[in-house]
Amino acid sequence: MYRDVGTLLASALEWFGELALFCARLAKAAVTPPFEWRELLRQCDAIGAQALPLVALAGAATGVVLSLETWDSLIRFGAKSFLPSIIVFSMVKETGPIITGLVVSGRAGAGIGAELGSMKVTEQIDAMEASAVDPYRYLAATRVLACILMLPLLTITADFCGIFMGWVANTLAAPVSLHLFLENGLKNVEFADYIPPILKTAVFGAIIGAIACFQGMRTRGGTEGVGRSATSSVVLSSLFVIVADVVLVRLILTIWPSA
Amino acid sequence: MAVENQGSAIDVTDLHKSFGTQSVLNGIRLEVKQGETLVVMGRSGTGKSVLLKLLIGLEPADSGAVRIGGQDIGNLSRNDLNEVRKRIGFLFQQAALYDSLTIEQNVMFPLERHSRKPQEEQKERARELLKSVGMEKDLEKLPSQISGGMQKRVGLARALALDFEILLFDEPTAGLDPITATEISHLIADLKKQRHMTAVVVTHDIPSARIFADRVALIDQGKIVVEGSFDDLRSSQIPFAKEFFENGC
Repeated sequence: MYRDVGTLLASALEWFGELALFCARLAKAAVTPPFEWRELLRQCDAIGAQALPLVALAGAATGVVLSLETWDSLIRFGAKSFLPSIIVFSMVKETGPIITGLVVSGRAGAGIGAELGSMKVTEQIDAMEASAVDPYRYLAATRVLACILMLPLLTITADFCGIFMGWVANTLAAPVSLHLFLENGLKNVEFADYIPPILKTAVFGAIIGAIACFQGMRTRGGTEGVGRSATSSVVLSSLFVIVADVVLVRLILTIWPSA
Repeated sequence: MAVENQGSAIDVTDLHKSFGTQSVLNGIRLEVKQGETLVVMGRSGTGKSVLLKLLIGLEPADSGAVRIGGQDIGNLSRNDLNEVRKRIGFLFQQAALYDSLTIEQNVMFPLERHSRKPQEEQKERARELLKSVGMEKDLEKLPSQISGGMQKRVGLARALALDFEILLFDEPTAGLDPITATEISHLIADLKKQRHMTAVVVTHDIPSARIFADRVALIDQGKIVVEGSFDDLRSSQIPFAKEFFENGC
């Protein structure tokens, strides 16, 4: 049993070491020319624009559920006038960012892991390297940067949809104008409340992109290996997004106590 | 087939490569002259494809040296290695076309990155290459929409996109019908005549090897057991060579 634990620990350390080396090479490729602008735009479209409907739907559904569940609880405490503030604070500060992070880690994480895994086992990555094109620059850096750029924008969409659908659900129970709902919801929110949680999702993007590219580019073992890479990309990136969320929330509260 | 220029384009000395406990190459030595086509043959799983990957630095050698134009690629930085790679074209066994790019974009890929010609000229060059392999009608198709043989032709066009000095072919005729295999073999032989390129071809296809080989090397158990002209090896009395050619023809 001790041997199993030791082997597991050694494998984990080896994985982290390889990931660190991968990230170092990736960072260098991302900040040094030549830049692959066209591929970056293509990835922004694939990771950002194409994920928009799913993220909007997830945000909207969360807003509706939040409104329905909280409405019932607030009525019991005679505090239903706080509903708009609760929905806005909840969506902006935590629910919007984490929902977006998890949706993108599922969608883009699996996509990147499977695509790069398939390119690895069919020697496309070797072909790229053989033609003196750095796959870290062309394949990995573009995807990670696209995740970093798109996550905050997708989070804003999720926040907007969540708040809007929160109002719709609220107004079906007790009619209230959108103007009044937003006025109540936003009156205690400062600009500083929005920025750290949205920027936090850029870190989620870096985690999702880096882990998915890493798992994809180290794929071994044919189509079965591609499946494993896609699954491990989603599982690991979701796990690390959740862990990063805990750390970042603590960090944000330390740096911006009012946020 | 006479080789005009006798300078050494590729020089491999005492090359060893293992994967885990499995020793794949066990002290390979070979030299390829400029303008020469060396065909490497041997049984499946004897490390022929690994040898090609070592020649272009896709796999690191455990020991020994690979010199391309006199430069030991094992001692080069990543940037310097890429400069060497710009002089080498590689046709992979399964063509390794980029799934997300069209046929034309696949051939344009190395041109866009390493050629200083205007884009229109690059496009023209790509179309000219695709025409030379009979693929000019499928420019907008994706690799998944064409057959394996067609993919190989496109892979060949991509491998020729830049004016490489050295070409590496991994099983260029594997999986092709005999007519297409012969066409590809003649194409490789013509390229050698027209451009005076150095080539290393890994193949099991004995009739094709006869068309383009200047010299043939037979690998067995990670070592080159015999090398010489096609006819020399064909009539060789070395047991492995005899068995290989008798069973292959």
